[in-house]
Amino acid sequence: MKKKTFPRGVHPPENKHWTAAKSIEVLPPPEKVFIPLHQHFGQPAKPLVKKGDQVALGQKIGEAQGLFSADVHASVSGKVLAVDGHYHPLGKPVLTVTIANDGEDKTVEFSAVDNPFSLSPQEIISRVKEAGIVGLGGAAFPTAVKLSPPPDKAIDTVIINGCECEPFLTADYRLMKEYPEEILQGAELIRLATGAQQIILGIEDNKEDVAELLASKIKPPHFKVELLQTKYPQGAEKNLIYALLKREVPRGGLPFDVGVVVQNVGTTKAIWEAVRYGKPLYERVLTVSGSGIVEPKNLLVRIGTPFQAVIDFCGGLKEEANLLIMGGPMMGIPQWTLEAPVIKGTSGLLAWAAPNSSPSFSCIRCGRCVAHCPMGLAPTQIMKYIEFGRYQEAEAWGALDCVECGSCQYSCPAGIPLVHWIKLGKSIITALKRKTG
Amino acid sequence: MTERSLIIKTSPHLRHPDSVPKIMYAVLLSLLPAVIASIYFFRFRAVALYLACLAGALATEAIFLVARKKPLVALLDGSAAITGLLLAMTLPPTLRLDQAVIGAVMAIALGKQVFGGLGHNVFNPALVGRAFLQTAFPVAMTTWIPPVTQVVNTVTYATPLGNLKFQNAVAQHTLTPLKDLFWGNVGGCLGETSAIALLIGAAYLFYRKAIDWKIPVGIIVSLTFFTGLFWLAQPDKYASPLFHLLSGGLLIGAFFMATDMVTSPITPRGTIIYAIGIGLLIGLIRLFGGYPEGVMYSILLMNTVVPLLNRYTRPRILGERRKKA
Repeated sequence: MKKKTFPRGVHPPENKHWTAAKSIEVLPPPEKVFIPLHQHFGQPAKPLVKKGDQVALGQKIGEAQGLFSADVHASVSGKVLAVDGHYHPLGKPVLTVTIANDGEDKTVEFSAVDNPFSLSPQEIISRVKEAGIVGLGGAAFPTAVKLSPPPDKAIDTVIINGCECEPFLTADYRLMKEYPEEILQGAELIRLATGAQQIILGIEDNKEDVAELLASKIKPPHFKVELLQTKYPQGAEKNLIYALLKREVPRGGLPFDVGVVVQNVGTTKAIWEAVRYGKPLYERVLTVSGSGIVEPKNLLVRIGTPFQAVIDFCGGLKEEANLLIMGGPMMGIPQWTLEAPVIKGTSGLLAWAAPNSSPSFSCIRCGRCVAHCPMGLAPTQIMKYIEFGRYQEAEAWGALDCVECGSCQYSCPAGIPLVHWIKLGKSIITALKRKTG
Repeated sequence: MTERSLIIKTSPHLRHPDSVPKIMYAVLLSLLPAVIASIYFFRFRAVALYLACLAGALATEAIFLVARKKPLVALLDGSAAITGLLLAMTLPPTLRLDQAVIGAVMAIALGKQVFGGLGHNVFNPALVGRAFLQTAFPVAMTTWIPPVTQVVNTVTYATPLGNLKFQNAVAQHTLTPLKDLFWGNVGGCLGETSAIALLIGAAYLFYRKAIDWKIPVGIIVSLTFFTGLFWLAQPDKYASPLFHLLSGGLLIGAFFMATDMVTSPITPRGTIIYAIGIGLLIGLIRLFGGYPEGVMYSILLMNTVVPLLNRYTRPRILGERRKKA
């Protein structure tokens, strides 16, 4: 069978062997957690607790503000030590609730539902919202918003994204292997919430074993598992939709414009736990890997656990490691301090020894960035426009369509920081638009 | 824990192993079969011309790097060596060494460095050098000798294309046999004569993914189409497409010069137009122009429109509405 895929893209070394065979281990909750009130796309949450308060595991400590936002919950029980600025993996300090763990894990009462499949779409979505769920693939888009498309957009297909196309990461793979039932039931809840007719589970063919496992458990006809080519970025939303359905999300549009909702497998499992058991999102699975980690692992980690505690549990960083990435190697964000905490969007922690600087050449116009861009852009041309301040042309050439997947820079023989330039250009173009808007 | 300094940079954090120097060295390696063939056919003259052009190109590059206060290590990126080698391959074996050096100096100076060095030039530097020599020393650039493997009794000697153009070879039945063209047992510029050696090098470039297949394919298809039309109409007057493909600088031009990354388009559609344009221009010049050969001018002419082609052939962005046909 010809496996589905999208045009262009790249084949970075997979490096999944470090952790693929390792079961998810539970990281013991740390003595202190640092829970940022901004871990999602959109507005920060408003703190609901103050210094000195006693909180329980799963208690809501931050309330969503505005349309695009998400609730934040305590990931341990104990005393609030501070509500102030703290290191954040995205770079800038963020208002953060610090809780001293009393080690008792006293929970608030979670409101379980015996038959979640009998709930109305609104009830499902409101339970997802109450649980503070955001996309766990990395973008951290509030899930309840994603499940509530505008009324004029009919959803016919739910895609469950099990691609995990970023090298090194195996958290989603382990989730599919160890929690297939939960993921399938979560997928059915998403279908009910959106009123879609079919569910497609998209899995790259380097995870054929879990694809077979899931295929053996699904109930056709409205459910199917599709194997996709192992190619980066197969799991990028717009590329995945194209690969599976040959539908193109319009420029500047969202998946619901073509009748699709895409959810990552980790998010899908979280949705099941929230709707069925009322469990808020206070922990997640992540992969700790790379040649700079003494003992790579897949871990279940409480949100707010400092990176130091995660790394220590994996034997620590090797002496030579000088690059620590949150996320995957293609889109992940380098960290400068181990005091930053795990947030909802932390899909991995990777470390290795990176060359301090690599020689960079002028663009030799080889066109490899164009040949590999999954969005059909001409990255070097956009970079040139941005470099010379010609933002209108940069936008016309699709600067804002860039998903920052890094395929261009990965394939650039000149070592040009294309993604850096395009990110810079995007922020300038958006700022200019807001001003003239 | 001891303080450890962590690197901060934008993603991605992985890189494909290919680099600019690796690509350049792959191109140099791919030229070797043709270089060896030319040394076999033209012996010492070939060696001397290669050394003269390499020395001229590298020295000029070095002088410009020093003058522009750029690190001299750029000399090792392989690009100046390619220019020198390619230039030598396009010279007649009888050219004087001082003339060859002048060509190499001009190739690097006018063809590359005045634009800002590697990556910024509009024209293929080796062909700029060759075009300069063609204008400066028109007689020397069109004086040919047979390869040492061939015994001829005539005083003046013509290349297969010259023979075709000026001596009415098709009607006279004196057209160079395809077999000689294939192995390179013919007169011509140093590196262009042996089709088999060039094709071996080209195969390596494909294997290394160092050239865009659309360029040679586009040139070959369009030249075959153009010359084929005339050949089918009047086979007693025009040479066959296969003769055109194997003779002159077509193969070296299509595989090693038109494919120069810097001076060819970055967009897929632009690349196809560029390649077809080169093939048609070669056909036009060979059949109706004053010169027997047209590869050099065809590539240089299409080089000039590359920026325009890039601008007007922006790839379709995913999700962009297709224009109605």
